Amino acid sequence: MTSTAQMDRQVVEAPKRGLARLNIQVENIASGVVLVGLVIALSLVSPAFLSFSNFLDIARVVAITGIIAAGMTLVIITGGIDLSVGSTVGLVGAVTASLVANSASNSEFVTAFKLPVPLAVLVGLAVGSLIGFVNGLIITKTKIEPFMATLGSMIFVKGLLYLFTGGYPVNFQPMPDDFAFIGQGALLGIPTPVWLFAVVVVALWWISRRTTVGRAIYAIGGNPEAARLSGLKVERTKIMVYTLLGFLAGLAGIILTSRLASATTVNGTGFELIAISGVVIGGTSLVGGRGSVVGSLIGVFTVGVIQNALNLFGASTQVQYVVTGLVLLLAISLDGIARRRRRT
Amino acid sequence: MVASSTSQPLLRMEGITKSFGNVQVLHGVDLSVGRGEVLGLLGENGAGKSTLLNILNGVIERDAGSIHIDGEPAEFAGPKQAQDAGLAFIHQELSVLPYLTVAENVFLGRLPRRRGAPWLVDWAACYKQAGEILERLAVKIDPRTIVGRLGTAEQELVEIAKALSMNARIITMDEPTASLTEAEIERLFTLMRALKADGVSVVYVSHRLHEVAEICDRATILRDGKIVSTVDARTTSSHSLATMMVGRELSELFPKTEHERGRETLRVSGLSTVKLNDVSLAAHQGEILGIAGLVGSGRTELARAIFGADSITAGEIFVNGEKVTVDSPGAAIRHGIGLVPEDRKLQGAVLSMSNAHNISLARMSKVSRFGQLNRGGEKQEAKRLIQDLQVYPPRAEQETGRLSGGNQQKVVLAKWLFAGSRILIVDEPTRGVDVGARAAIHGLLNELAGEGATIIMISSDLPEVMGMSDRILVMHEGRIAGELARKDFSEEAIVMYASGLEPTKEGSKA
Repeated sequence: MTSTAQMDRQVVEAPKRGLARLNIQVENIASGVVLVGLVIALSLVSPAFLSFSNFLDIARVVAITGIIAAGMTLVIITGGIDLSVGSTVGLVGAVTASLVANSASNSEFVTAFKLPVPLAVLVGLAVGSLIGFVNGLIITKTKIEPFMATLGSMIFVKGLLYLFTGGYPVNFQPMPDDFAFIGQGALLGIPTPVWLFAVVVVALWWISRRTTVGRAIYAIGGNPEAARLSGLKVERTKIMVYTLLGFLAGLAGIILTSRLASATTVNGTGFELIAISGVVIGGTSLVGGRGSVVGSLIGVFTVGVIQNALNLFGASTQVQYVVTGLVLLLAISLDGIARRRRRT
Repeated sequence: MVASSTSQPLLRMEGITKSFGNVQVLHGVDLSVGRGEVLGLLGENGAGKSTLLNILNGVIERDAGSIHIDGEPAEFAGPKQAQDAGLAFIHQELSVLPYLTVAENVFLGRLPRRRGAPWLVDWAACYKQAGEILERLAVKIDPRTIVGRLGTAEQELVEIAKALSMNARIITMDEPTASLTEAEIERLFTLMRALKADGVSVVYVSHRLHEVAEICDRATILRDGKIVSTVDARTTSSHSLATMMVGRELSELFPKTEHERGRETLRVSGLSTVKLNDVSLAAHQGEILGIAGLVGSGRTELARAIFGADSITAGEIFVNGEKVTVDSPGAAIRHGIGLVPEDRKLQGAVLSMSNAHNISLARMSKVSRFGQLNRGGEKQEAKRLIQDLQVYPPRAEQETGRLSGGNQQKVVLAKWLFAGSRILIVDEPTRGVDVGARAAIHGLLNELAGEGATIIMISSDLPEVMGMSDRILVMHEGRIAGELARKDFSEEAIVMYASGLEPTKEGSKA
């Protein structure tokens, strides 16, 4: 079956050169270049920017939403989305806080019943995972659009948070050291949240790129019917991915509560948007099938660096919103242009 | 009809050259079409047909060369100018708007306006004019029908009506018969003959060579961006057309190889679903079992039911004599069944993934331990299959969506070879696939059968299903209407069974 006609057309294939050989996605390169450019420009303008302590500041801020963004990446690669993570952050934070020693609140649900910190954390993570699991169940069994399904659970979980706290904050008098360590501690000079963020990113990168589950996630997002006809367990994989995101949102909620030493009803509000922005800026396509955890890491850092710079320049919160929104719009437009290029 | 040889051609393209980047796609192509002529344009995928047609219809610009229409030089700045000059392009994937009426589609962007109130649409005139055009085409469709309710064939007729409403003189049709049934194709051909009589010219692209012989006057063969030859389509055999397209001798169009029929591997008894009614069949080692029938007769549903993709209401499936439960594609795969689905892009391949990842998809367990992929092993295995099946370009990391249709289909086949399927169901395996890839796919199916695999081949292409199969089952309205042994194969017998009739004695002999 050898064919000379096919050999003749060999010219069509360009040899792989330079960066292409490293097998890095073009989207990653683009967002990476933007981030590096930003860092260079900012260090030239403001000497305060380029210092190790400022970098740690950025990382500490980015870590919490970054953990959510990493999980959100997998959800978006399957072609889904989850708007409920911000509410999950709030609820898990409040539930965990209520179970930690010395916590107090005017809420009738915050009782004298307390657990050791590791157990309280486990309960919190279980609550987050459960919310994610239910999201996955609703999306796969009722075939409701993920956007609508999780919009519903976002409001529902927020409602639970109000019910649970009665609208009152949960505070500590004082916070136990082992719980404080999660959000405020440090190991080898690196803040604990940054360590946790690093572990999450490495784990999710590994899952997405090196395991059969990860491959299934990409296949399901790229072509759900082809994935199903290749014997992949589409529903189970989706449920798994939403559960994992719920778990990570719970983790973020626990870190945030420890860092602020308080669980309030506004904790986590808007986190879903920051996380989704980071994922999209990092080059993951909202259509599904394409994207990477590493891209999202770059994306959340880009948002973090911009916000940090605006802080250094003393810009108001309002201006920060405007700038972050502009960056997101820019990223989405670039995604759209890249997709049109691929089609032609 | 005006004889094309005596008058000057309606369309003349000369020395058309086009490069994308540093790849030259067209090398000085000459082409002419006479008034009222149907010109077949043949070539493998990648030969430059699409580029040439896009240049003709003003979609892309040429680097060099000239286009004359009726002796006048034609320069198109875009598709709109080409339309104004009397060109129409009917794409393989139809561009009708499904939620609008037939008349609205026909006059899209040019709806007749009311006199004295040009901001209002004159609906009466719109439906009347659309009705007149449809009448001219001898098509019985109400212009008020919502297009989405029409079948594919009728939607195609709407596209042709649209072209005529713009006074198109040269209509380009890119694989218009790809998704039509035999009867619908006949209807289209009748229409094309009427267009010819009216002096409308057609540039006709198809991979089905017997159709070219039936409808085209001349055929121009394009290979690697150059014109190989222009021949009389009615007197040139399909075999020599194919040879010219591929540029090498195809030993035979359907090189059926005989092999020993072994023991029974698959038995289906009393299978029923929403669309299937009490279907029973048996297939054997080394056998290619053809399944023919009209589109919608339940062929695809049968394949999906055996593969566990659709739920069954009754019936049993036996693999190698053992009763098995196939309630999901995963279960089917574990029992060694594979399915190459009908729609490659929507069901077959994950276009956003690489060839290697597509190939390992149905059985990742083969290249993983405890869920962790052995990417080196995966790539090696994929490369071997890519070489065996001559996927072009032969790269494991290449994104499958960037391959031509035929090569995408090879990747889907490679997936089942990787998964080690011993019972392979292929649904329209060569639809929209060029001649070279088609021959390769046929060769592969023969080879697999020779190695003792069981192949079940669904096809609407009668020469294909008759050329390849050892036995043919013909379906009609969710049932098996008839069975033919190889010695009894005839188009007539298949068509009779497919229409729910018993073949007559003369019919089966003809």
